[in-house]
Amino acid sequence: MKSIVIGVIGADVHAVGNKIIEYTLTNAGYNVVNIGVLSTQEDFIHAAIETNAPIILVSSLYGHGEIDCRGMRAKCIESGIGDVLLYVGGNIVVGKQDFQEVRERFVKMGFNRVYPPGTPIDEALSDIRRDLGE
Amino acid sequence: MANYLMIDFGSTFTKLVAVDRDRGVILATAIAPTTVTTDIRTGYKAALADLEQAIGRPTVFERIVACSSAAGGLKMCAIGLVEELTVEAAKRVCLGAGAKVDLVFAHHCTKAEIRQIVDMKIDIILLAGGADGGNTECALFNLNLIGEAGISIPIVYAGNKSAQDEVLELYTRYHLDGHIAENVMPKINQLNVKSARDAIRDIFLKRIIAAKGIKKIEEEIDEVVLPTPEAVLVASELLSKGYMNEPGLGELCVVDIGGATTDMYSVCHSTKRSDVILRGLEEPYAKRTVEGDLGLRWSAPGIVKALTEEEIKMIALDTGVDLKAETDRRFADVSFLPETAHDEQVDKMLAEMCAYKAMSRHAGRMEEVYTPLGIVQNQTGKDLSDVKTVIGTGGPIIRSRFAGSILAKTSNVFHQSAELRPAKPDYYVDQDYLMASMGLYAKFDPLGALRIMKQHIVSVK
Repeated sequence: MKSIVIGVIGADVHAVGNKIIEYTLTNAGYNVVNIGVLSTQEDFIHAAIETNAPIILVSSLYGHGEIDCRGMRAKCIESGIGDVLLYVGGNIVVGKQDFQEVRERFVKMGFNRVYPPGTPIDEALSDIRRDLGE
Repeated sequence: MANYLMIDFGSTFTKLVAVDRDRGVILATAIAPTTVTTDIRTGYKAALADLEQAIGRPTVFERIVACSSAAGGLKMCAIGLVEELTVEAAKRVCLGAGAKVDLVFAHHCTKAEIRQIVDMKIDIILLAGGADGGNTECALFNLNLIGEAGISIPIVYAGNKSAQDEVLELYTRYHLDGHIAENVMPKINQLNVKSARDAIRDIFLKRIIAAKGIKKIEEEIDEVVLPTPEAVLVASELLSKGYMNEPGLGELCVVDIGGATTDMYSVCHSTKRSDVILRGLEEPYAKRTVEGDLGLRWSAPGIVKALTEEEIKMIALDTGVDLKAETDRRFADVSFLPETAHDEQVDKMLAEMCAYKAMSRHAGRMEEVYTPLGIVQNQTGKDLSDVKTVIGTGGPIIRSRFAGSILAKTSNVFHQSAELRPAKPDYYVDQDYLMASMGLYAKFDPLGALRIMKQHIVSVK
């Protein structure tokens, strides 16, 4: 069973979406490692190392996602899991910005998949399956 | 009539406690220097002679059991993967088993690190790494290194379950003294102490006490059953929880200041609050931490190292005590006992610093995080603020006239709101040095052990 690390990054305590993601991915047959709210980049990375997770799924609902996610890919590389897939979704930036630009910014930061607000988790689930070659 | 004899082979002293089970009382206690370097039986017999004299008649004992921290105690090396996760979990298991954790390694070890295991005369290696179903590569890499180095030290593998079969193969291939236990961290942040602790205890009984020359004593007594710190942990838990209809003292902390280390125990839940978010690895209900750099003799220089130059100068100005000279003097003569009032004052000061620092490292932390949803309390470690009972044990506290003042330094004396120290505890002293013995006696008569502790552990101001 493949492991997926999920959690809410930064000073963000939105727990509802986090539980929905856990529920959906568990039902889809994954070992969901939910590190919960108020998680740091290190929390995600450490959990991924110990569980050999090929994917980290970062949620951010309070608009500070861009600051919280900066440098995460570099830390993954430093920690020896440079190939881990990084997904991010939620309300990851403040205000009404063109999402295409937002996506590009996050891709530059090393994220493999970037989801706009309101994306159903099933859409991410089919991406996960594709990315894991299932 | 059933009499029981409990022995605590300490690094410096051998302590004997005789209990009359039928009457539920202590018959006598006796103490003599530990003689593990020559023949451990010599010191035991000297103490036994004193004991029988105190009882006033030759006594037959139904059972004679011992705990030991002699000959350096149980020295362990904890190896894991990520420092905050399996490394920390492995460390906590070692401490909970009553060991001293002399070496801690994370990620892939180096050959030099493996050599240190031999050089430091480690007794047991605890090898962890990976949650169940997670990483296996790191632990196997490290085990290969250990195997190639031809190390004969007992190893407990308590990492990712999925690697167990390969671990067993490596045990056979390298002819290692290998043992398998459940994963210390089966899921992220979940701590699993019991299985690995039992494996360590088993090896301690079968191998380590023989290797340290303690086994000889088993010709005279029934058996050595525990490392001393674990006996204290057993006693602390019993004293806290109570037994059957006999109530315990509730949540508590125990501080044991010695010549070489300061041990801190807490028996309580991580938090009682529902409005905090707990971070990090799960905390054990009965937790032990050991500070190897805090002690009144061998480790006295460590106390000074923990202070800044300014603080040392301030203390000299305030109290006229040259801390550096005083600690060096104690380090040079570890059997030093206070003779003058000044010596007593300095020992008190040093013990206070040990108590303060050890609690600072044992207690959890609360951090306020400002989020768009308001302030959130973010807790790491254990919240001891509601703990009402702090018990002192160990020679430097028991013998000191200032036990109350030393113990008071475990509370929040400097009003550091971030440190979750006991807020307003009452202080008690294990005046007859019984806790380790009662941890042993509890195996036969938990109710009796509990009642004796409640009787002999007395309140101090």
